[in-house]
Amino acid sequence: MHRFGLILIATLAGVLAAPAIAQTQIRAEALGDPESGQTVFLRDCAFCHQIGSDARNGVGPQLNRIYDRGAGSIDGFNYSPGLRRMGVDGLVWTYETLDAYIANPRALVSGTRMSYRGLRDEQERHDLLAYLRAYSDQPQNIPESAPTARPTLPELSTDTLQIVGDPEYGEYLSGECITCHQRSGADQGIPSIVGWFEEDFVVALHAYKQGLRPHPVMQMMASRLDDEQIAALAAYFASLNE
Amino acid sequence: MSLINRRSFLATAAAASAALSAPMVLAQGRPKVIVIGGGAGGATAARYIAKDSDGAIDVTLIEPTRQYYTCFFSNLYLGGFWEYENLGHSYGTLASEYGINVVHDWAVGVDRDAKTVSLAGGHTLPYDRLIIAPGIDFVDGSVPGWDISAQARMPHAYKAGSQTQLLKHQVESMREGGTFAMVAPPNPYRCPPGPYERVSMVAHVLKERNPTAKILILDPKANFSKQALFEDGWSRHYDGMIERIGPDFGGGNVEVRPEAMEVVIDGEVQAVDVCNVIPAQKAGRIAHLAGVTDEGGWAPVTPTDMRSRVDDSIFVLGDSSNQGAMPKSGFSANSQAKVAANNVRADLTGSRVFPARYSNTCWSLIGTDDGIKVGASYEPGTDQIESVSSFISAVGEDAGLRQRTYEESIGWYEGITADIFG
Repeated sequence: MHRFGLILIATLAGVLAAPAIAQTQIRAEALGDPESGQTVFLRDCAFCHQIGSDARNGVGPQLNRIYDRGAGSIDGFNYSPGLRRMGVDGLVWTYETLDAYIANPRALVSGTRMSYRGLRDEQERHDLLAYLRAYSDQPQNIPESAPTARPTLPELSTDTLQIVGDPEYGEYLSGECITCHQRSGADQGIPSIVGWFEEDFVVALHAYKQGLRPHPVMQMMASRLDDEQIAALAAYFASLNE
Repeated sequence: MSLINRRSFLATAAAASAALSAPMVLAQGRPKVIVIGGGAGGATAARYIAKDSDGAIDVTLIEPTRQYYTCFFSNLYLGGFWEYENLGHSYGTLASEYGINVVHDWAVGVDRDAKTVSLAGGHTLPYDRLIIAPGIDFVDGSVPGWDISAQARMPHAYKAGSQTQLLKHQVESMREGGTFAMVAPPNPYRCPPGPYERVSMVAHVLKERNPTAKILILDPKANFSKQALFEDGWSRHYDGMIERIGPDFGGGNVEVRPEAMEVVIDGEVQAVDVCNVIPAQKAGRIAHLAGVTDEGGWAPVTPTDMRSRVDDSIFVLGDSSNQGAMPKSGFSANSQAKVAANNVRADLTGSRVFPARYSNTCWSLIGTDDGIKVGASYEPGTDQIESVSSFISAVGEDAGLRQRTYEESIGWYEGITADIFG
């Protein structure tokens, strides 16, 4: 549900302030394979957790409708203080948080009682999460709803978008970009970044920074650029012609 | 240097090189920067200083070769994935478009008190700021039995050019079922994945032309860059062809006999057909002559600006520098050059200094369309440049991603060489 709220807010912002590009766009993505996920569930989870029509709390809580459920929120289940505290602090089980928890429970929730060493295999986690989803989320067959729907554009405040970049600073910072992205706009193997609209440039770099765009070099480069620096780069590259 | 000497030097140099023209004649009174070494560090620094100072600084680049062959991508040439001509770059654009005085000569001395550089051709040039970026030299005696006079029989091919061509020829004409040996260098050295990418490229050639041949790596290091990725790739592409002898089995106790074409591994004599000796390394000779190196053989610099710890008027870039966590690579040198250029301009013209930011990525090719990469970003720490974040390709990535990584490396080559040479 919170995703719909987000779209609404973003749309309002788009109406009130200018750039519609700031909206968080939602796109459905395939999760893992639920059949393989069942195998993982039976192997790693089923000793403690039940799922399905007769599921009850056991050693661990039942896992029906786990998506979008607040952490530690089933009445009557004896959660660890750590998990309960995270729930109070606002931890909600989403695709991302479940993925992190299953990968390494203690890294996400200090003092959790889930005595599971963690599932390091990314594909197995995706499969398991797809399996859990089959017992979760209403309405579960709408692809645009969580957790299959993932944002592809970053969440940016209008303040961030309104920063006026310093092109001289941008030119200095561009030294890091120009090593790979050619100043001439040539784009063999590596895309051109010359002559973009500033807003597109800002949104793209924030998308790397927030991990929505996947390239590891770009994620690393963007991770240490602050809002001012991104605006400066956008201003500089927008000023160049191919 | 008197005005008359300077003019006569100009006349001589202009006759020798079309690169010298109007900008230097107009140079009276402008602050002078000399850059020694026209590789990824030096040429980038020269270009950025000239470009960003809009003629306010007189930049002279001293580089002995007229055609510079990049060490990066020279392994791909060995493997048949890259043309030799495409490794070569000239300095014409730096001279004509950026007004840089490109002098093709050897720098043979630095007088730090007088602030002058002397050239093998006999001239002496004054500087206000000096950038030293000569790359690497080899440590004499680091591989017993090998010295530079043996490079025709046992090439190093670790400075690109005719050595690279020679090694390629030797690999391609090796007898059927012969043995290619590589004596790998100890840390620190230029391009950490370089020797292992080279082995991959040699294996690629041998698999096609000489599939019963063997490759033997004699390695003084227990571990090496991207080891898991290379070893996985070798088993997939070249199963059984490559053997590596690490220090536990004598890989660090190797003597070579160039005349007999033998290597002696921990006392055991073995005949080889091609032998690529990559000796231990130190800063390029001029850094030692300038007196800016430390007991380790490299030139220590401050992490905020690449300035020599020995002399405030000197900056040292790239392989020759001792800066901390950055690997010795063309990418690193190019990154460091931009930070130094920003500071040199600030020293001489009072332009803005921005905080230092460094980065590096090294792409390597294991086989056809099988590219991998490792990289990190860096910032100045208290004493050294330190890594702030990093990434590396994973074993088991899908073929499409590996192909994109390779294509990306080609894009990077085009990008960085345009950034270095204009």
